Amino acid sequence: MKLRDIAHSRTGDKGDISDISLIAFEAGHYPLLERYVTADRVKALFAGIVHGEVVRYTVPSLGALNFVLYCALGGGVTRSLALDAHGKCLASALLDMDIPETAE
Amino acid sequence: MKTIRIGAGAGYSGDRIEPAVELAEKGEIDTLVFECLAERTIALAQQTRLKDPTLGYDPLLVERMEAVLRLCHAKGITIITNMGAANPQAGAAKVKEVAHALGLGGLKIAAVTGDDVLEVLRAGDYRITETGEPISALANAVVSANAYFGAAPIVAALAAGANVIITGRVADPALFLAPQIHAFGWSMEDWDRLGRGTVVGHLLECAGQVTGGYFADPGVKDVAGLARLGFPIAEVSEDGSAVITKVEGSGGSVTTATCKEQLLYEIHDPSAYLTPDVVADFSRVTFTQIGPDRVRVGGATGRVKPERLKVSVGTIDGYIGEGQISYAGPGAVARGRLALDIVRERLQLIGVTASEWRFDLIGLDAIHGEQLAAASGREPYEVRVRVVGRTASMREARRIGNEVEALYTNGPASGGGASKSAREVIAMLSALLPRRLARAAIDYVEA
Repeated sequence: MKLRDIAHSRTGDKGDISDISLIAFEAGHYPLLERYVTADRVKALFAGIVHGEVVRYTVPSLGALNFVLYCALGGGVTRSLALDAHGKCLASALLDMDIPETAE
Repeated sequence: MKTIRIGAGAGYSGDRIEPAVELAEKGEIDTLVFECLAERTIALAQQTRLKDPTLGYDPLLVERMEAVLRLCHAKGITIITNMGAANPQAGAAKVKEVAHALGLGGLKIAAVTGDDVLEVLRAGDYRITETGEPISALANAVVSANAYFGAAPIVAALAAGANVIITGRVADPALFLAPQIHAFGWSMEDWDRLGRGTVVGHLLECAGQVTGGYFADPGVKDVAGLARLGFPIAEVSEDGSAVITKVEGSGGSVTTATCKEQLLYEIHDPSAYLTPDVVADFSRVTFTQIGPDRVRVGGATGRVKPERLKVSVGTIDGYIGEGQISYAGPGAVARGRLALDIVRERLQLIGVTASEWRFDLIGLDAIHGEQLAAASGREPYEVRVRVVGRTASMREARRIGNEVEALYTNGPASGGGASKSAREVIAMLSALLPRRLARAAIDYVEA
């Protein structure tokens, strides 16, 4: 299944850093997110876009992860040449990620 | 137990005005906050002020005040806003003019200044965080430097009885934290309460983003009545616990899901959200749906505030030239690619140099690049060629768009809808400044 089936997401920006939240619709799906949506997988997904580190924060009380992507916005929204200079659309690309239906 | 109701009347400079009027009319609020100052907005406002010393405040200040001032005056609602941008004093004078035009009297308008620290930054030759270089290395490229104030000057203005408070650069959540501190008499070192008040501010600062705006995904996350999206209200109690809600009958929805998305928005480390007033910890926050469009927030804490203030520094950073043209129907992608190749070669032939280029096909790979576009395996019906480059001069920037436009008569078949632009770039950097070097001042005018 796709992440979009069990989670929602929003992207924000600060300078050249992109913040992407990933929130389980149901608390029971949070362990799947925690297990399979690692910082490494997110870095690989955005290999052509993110040139720095990807850090993952966990927020179990919300059933959520927060990804912080460094050197991700072409120098930052104020100087980026990108059409989506804020990187706002990154959340939609993350939700297209495949994920197993059960934690094995 | 005493509670106060704070409404968010704007989440950015160009935001809709009608929801603010709705809040003033039907929201039974004590305070209406307009957050209108993005990072770069203040640098642009500073340039406007340099050209005309009577300007430099938010371009929609007058329109917003004309829309809500009479209602707020009648109902005793205090207005707090950073629409002063680069010129809070001129903004306050403008509010006075609006009050006179509406025939309103007995208003005390505060202008909070002192956030402009460009001279201080230059005098101490402080370092730019991103580059590690002293500010002198940027020479004349620097156009603005504004420190992020916390809640304190707004609290002082509230204590002095101000009805309208116009600031420049203030941390967004502080605009909302200040009326809580004032109403409940919180200590400026009660870190847990300041942390809770900061959560409220953070949830409200983007206005519609917590009431169902920027949330809808048809079939997956549906939101009713988005065209009439209402803006949020926080009901805050003395202990800092709060309920997020909105005006009954307005569009949108307040759910635990909309609150979670906004809580995590642009915060980096959820356990250390840095503001001038407190390091807030959101990592154990909980949301509970206690009624339709009513969500209780709890669990936030706080720690001692950072030693130094963040300063955002605006710099002139070259020029960007851009051109676009569309191709549709069979072979659209191939013609778009041919067009990109032609423009790339022509720009080389005429000697336009840029430190950075992008050659995109909008509809195919402009947003997330070739890797993700290829993985989708779908070919679009239409694409839009987009060529953009960063240049050292406006003249070169213009030539980029011209080369794309010239594809009409000099490129592949059936290109249409060409557009071009060239602009100077104001980029934002940051620095850290000892608190004692950024002193707020408050001026009052009576209307």
